[in-house]
Amino acid sequence: MSKITDKTTMSRRTALELAGGGVIAALLTGTLAGAARADAALLSDAIKKAVGDSAMTEGRITLDLPEIAENGNTVPVSVAVDSPMTEADHVKAVHLFAEKNPAADVASVYFTPASGVAKASFRMRLAGTQNVVAVAEMSDGSLFTAKKLVKVTIGGCGG
Amino acid sequence: MASKPRVRVPKTAKKGEIITIKSLISHKMETGRRKDSKTGELIPRQIINKFVCNFNGKQVFASDWHPAVSANPFMAFNFKAEESGEFEFVWTDDDGSTYSKKASLTVN
Repeated sequence: MSKITDKTTMSRRTALELAGGGVIAALLTGTLAGAARADAALLSDAIKKAVGDSAMTEGRITLDLPEIAENGNTVPVSVAVDSPMTEADHVKAVHLFAEKNPAADVASVYFTPASGVAKASFRMRLAGTQNVVAVAEMSDGSLFTAKKLVKVTIGGCGG
Repeated sequence: MASKPRVRVPKTAKKGEIITIKSLISHKMETGRRKDSKTGELIPRQIINKFVCNFNGKQVFASDWHPAVSANPFMAFNFKAEESGEFEFVWTDDDGSTYSKKASLTVN
């Protein structure tokens, strides 16, 4: 935009064109960045609500989702966490989030040592192409996370 | 609103064996974001928000569901068979009603 302020060296038309273009570009990037920020904020709020503010480590979670989902209304998802599942060391919960759904929360599953393995499969709705995020809560309080991008051809969640 | 709660549990298992349990219930899982095509009004949210699996009266698996869980929710999970007993599966609807199903397991 700095060019526009220097009006003396350019014709009126050029100045207007530059100004117009600049405004449109600013509007476009503004809305896009705004939407992305809103999604990220929704996601981090949802995660904070579920597990608090503690630091998370990547890994230990196997998030099994299709790379391309034809129908966002029913996307098969399977989440497994590497753990011995003993009384002393087990997975307490896994929370799943979808960053671009109208609400980021998808589901939480709660395991016990009686589960044997920390694994659950179900079907979820995805409003569009986006990252699915899993956060696992261990019995010692540590948190692990994983994410996977799913391309959705037809979105779910109504609307 | 929901109907036909179904579970698939093996009848027998060896001690220490990890079995897979599959559950399914018919429910439209209304998200609360869809509009009625005739009136244009929002259809109120009605979903199953909780699913619990108890074994011999003790909770062994549970799940909280949000509107992002698909209609006719399916859930598969595991259980380590240590003793014979009875499973009870309970689904809780937004309107407070519950649906349940039982299944027995013999460990030998």
